[in-house]
Amino acid sequence: MSKERESGKVLLRRHHDMGGLPAGPVEASEHDYAPWEKRVDAILRLLADSKRRLITTDELRRGIEELGPGAYDEMSYYERWIASVTNNLIEKGVLSVDELGRRMAEISAAWPAGTEEKP
Amino acid sequence: MTHDHDSDRGHDHGPHPYQPDLEAAPLTHYQAMTQAVGELLIEKGVFSADELRAMLEAIDAKSPAAGARMVARAWCDDAFKARLLTDVNKAAEELGIDAGAIPIRAVENTPDVHNVIVCTLCSCYPRLLIGLPPDWYKSRAYRSRTVREPRRVLAEFGTAIPEDVEVRVHDSTADLRYMVLPARPAGTEGWDETALADLVTRDCMIGVSLPKSPGA
Repeated sequence: MSKERESGKVLLRRHHDMGGLPAGPVEASEHDYAPWEKRVDAILRLLADSKRRLITTDELRRGIEELGPGAYDEMSYYERWIASVTNNLIEKGVLSVDELGRRMAEISAAWPAGTEEKP
Repeated sequence: MTHDHDSDRGHDHGPHPYQPDLEAAPLTHYQAMTQAVGELLIEKGVFSADELRAMLEAIDAKSPAAGARMVARAWCDDAFKARLLTDVNKAAEELGIDAGAIPIRAVENTPDVHNVIVCTLCSCYPRLLIGLPPDWYKSRAYRSRTVREPRRVLAEFGTAIPEDVEVRVHDSTADLRYMVLPARPAGTEGWDETALADLVTRDCMIGVSLPKSPGA
């Protein structure tokens, strides 16, 4: 890495580009993935497979990086993924903002308040 | 595919589609988005409900076992090890393991070199061989520090690498991923592949730890 880059004088790092920056201790944390998180993963893999090729890893990553610096602090990992997948699908015309918004409202309305998704 | 929301959107789950789980929590914005995107893609015929179910089952079935089998085979078969180091994806096929389309490179630990993998930019990981990445692999601390002070990061995992052993850090990308081929533990002479595979943990294929010792 050049000195200019490291100092941020010439080329500012984007927020996802964190290699080599200072950070706290690695906490060996793990959690079992929730069903909805696995669903995000499954949706992405199907969209990216050789049958569909509707999204590439790079498109996913671009979509995550474009969420902006706050996304890394405010959104969870799979929240960033589904946001990126959805934006990519809207850009490609596979989904419309309108139908997505309507469906999300229907789903939220049908959800018994205070309960978790089905597995 | 055209459809009427009111009449057929319940095809996957009937009129009372959502059931409470053990841990009660309200539906979040992004959980609703996930559900909506999945439903719409099924209705549009992008994929079928069966394909989605099969993929969810495949994700649940993935574990470090596939990677461990490959490591154990490499410990027992020098010709296989050479093929693994040349082309992981092809070598995986020999064992009936699908390593996916993105190239994976195996990096071998030796008496002189210890390898560790990271993805500083995101979370690239050989998930088809060792399962979904643990949270810490995706954490800011691991991603930031592993390329600068790998020995200290390894020490936080309880892994002390002697000063005379070189530590090599491999930064994965969307186009090239890595897996660590750990060194075969001493005291396992004559062991069969199944017994050896039991010593191969996910973390030793990431490089933050060493294989279990025999008898541990």
